Order: sequence, then structure tokens, then C-alpha cells
Amino acid sequence: MNRVPMEKKVLSENDRIAGQLRERFGENEVLCVNLISSPGAGKTSLLERTLEGFPRGERVAVLTGDIQTDNDAARLARFGFPVRQITTGGTCHLDARMVERALEGWPLEDLDLLLIENVGNLVCPASYDLGEAAKIVVLSTAEGEDKPLKYPSIFFKSALLVLNKIDLLPYVPFDMAKARENARRVHPDMEIVEVSCATGAGLAVWQQWLQKRRNAMAAEMIVGIP
Amino acid sequence: MHELGIANSVLEAVRAEAQRHPGALPVKVSVRVGELAGVDPDALTFSFEALTSGTEWARLALEVETCPRLHHCPACGNTFRVVDYQFACPACGAPRTECVSGDELELAYLEMEEP
Repeated sequence: MNRVPMEKKVLSENDRIAGQLRERFGENEVLCVNLISSPGAGKTSLLERTLEGFPRGERVAVLTGDIQTDNDAARLARFGFPVRQITTGGTCHLDARMVERALEGWPLEDLDLLLIENVGNLVCPASYDLGEAAKIVVLSTAEGEDKPLKYPSIFFKSALLVLNKIDLLPYVPFDMAKARENARRVHPDMEIVEVSCATGAGLAVWQQWLQKRRNAMAAEMIVGIP
Repeated sequence: MHELGIANSVLEAVRAEAQRHPGALPVKVSVRVGELAGVDPDALTFSFEALTSGTEWARLALEVETCPRLHHCPACGNTFRVVDYQFACPACGAPRTECVSGDELELAYLEMEEP
């Protein structure tokens, strides 16, 4: 019997493509973020409010993933920024090749920010690197505050937790302090913002977070020039 | 349920490795799955069997080694297994420790019968 070591990642092909994407985003100074949540937590609403808040001419684009339908792309295209739908046809997550294909013919040098909306799912998207600078997990107050403990992988891998639907707090048993505590149990350094896409509360803080990451990326590029 | 796609990636890696060893018969592939990887070992095994049964790979077994979440304490150098999200160092009590493993999704080795 011959045993051959195979020291490599199972998803090495995905990671290879994600690495190429990350390089392209870096070269073109595009901040790419990957939004992940369970279905109905408000990813599309958050993107609607985000796009609505940008001035015309902002260099932003959206890729939105769904198993079926282009409903989300239609919702997001109203704001006048480029939007492309990725319909996975049954697959429960986006992978790097889908993103690579969706970006074909899209000049990255015209962009500063690429928002990717993953398929609604807290499990599978955690395994797939899309070349993003940060994963962002969205959790709504209509869900359980124990989600971070039930789905630790995605909370561990996300830089930011967006707690959405805070306008519902008077009507739901959601314990905000406990939710924050659970997120930090899984990921002690996690950044957290609380928002309501219905009332607009907290959206300025979310926009500031995005801007901070964009500034950090620009600063990194300046430092990187020899 | 993305384990089917992951099982297929494992099988593709075995195919590529087998091509480098003409005549040898792959009989076991081993993968390491961290507890933070978000991959269910049972679903992965089930998917792998569904992919291989009745094919030329029917004799190929999948071994899944699960890897615990390990943290390293920068204060005292201790490395320990995290249980129930307790991140404080059990040796010196330092509250801030760093995750060093537990999100693996890696191929470990392939066993082949020589021709």
C-alpha cells in the first residue's frame, strides 16, 4: 500500500480563482464585500438603503446571488448603479468562478466599491472565498439571538455583524445584549453595527464602516507604491 | 448542503493525483475538516458515497478527520483546545488568545494499491 500526502485545500480551485479576483480588486482599488445572512434578514433592503444613500456618480456596483429569479437585481437596479444577477440554479452559495464570470466585461477600473449579496444561507457561503476584502454577516431581530452559536463558522469569518430590523425590538423577544455577547463569544474582535432599513436608524454608522474600509484600502495602496 | 460540491472537489483531486500514478488503485482518501469549517462530516461522507457508488471509484473510501478549534496564548505560549467558546487561557488566565486552527478543509493523503 502506498500513501501519498496531498497537502492542499479541498477547495483549492475556488481559492485559486478567489486569489486572482482579490489581486484584480487590489490592482484596481476596488473594495469588495460579501454580504451573507439567512433568507429574509434584509440583505437586499440593506443594499437598497446603501445605494439610495450614495450620490449619483458614486463608483459602486452590485452582484446579487439567488437560486432562482432576478427579483433582487430588479429591486436594486432602480438606483441607477450597475447591478448584475447571478442565478445559481439550485446551488446554495456563490463561488469564486460565478463571481469571475459575472464580472466579465465589467471594467473594474471604473469601480471603487463592489457589493456582493450572497444566496440567503448561513452555512454554505462561509466555505467559499470570493476574493472579498471582508465578509459581512447580517442578522435580524426577527431571528434568534443564539444564531452566532448555532452557525459559528460564518460569524467567525465575518469582519462585521450588521444587526438589522432594530425597529422591531419592541415587538419581538430578541435580546440585543445577548446577541452581541454571543457574536463576541464566537468572534471576540467582531465589529457590530445596529441598523433599521425601515426607519434608517444606524445606517450612517454602516456607511461610515464602509467608508473607513475604503479609506484603509486607499491608504494601503499609497503605502504600497515604492 | 454544499457537501456534495465539496465531495466532488475531493474526487477531482483524487483523479488528478491518480493520473500521476498509472496503474495504482486509489482505495482511501483522507480529509481534515475543522469544527469551524461549516462542513458536516456525515453529510460529506454521504455525498461522497453517492458520487462513487456504482462507478470506477466504488472501492475508494473517504476518511474524515475532524480538527478542534485551537487557540494560542501570546502571554504564556500555551496552546489549548477551545470548548464552549471559552477563549481565556486555562494556564495563565489571559483573556485574549488567538485562533490558530479549526477552520481546515484540507486533503491529507491518498492511499493506493500498487499495480
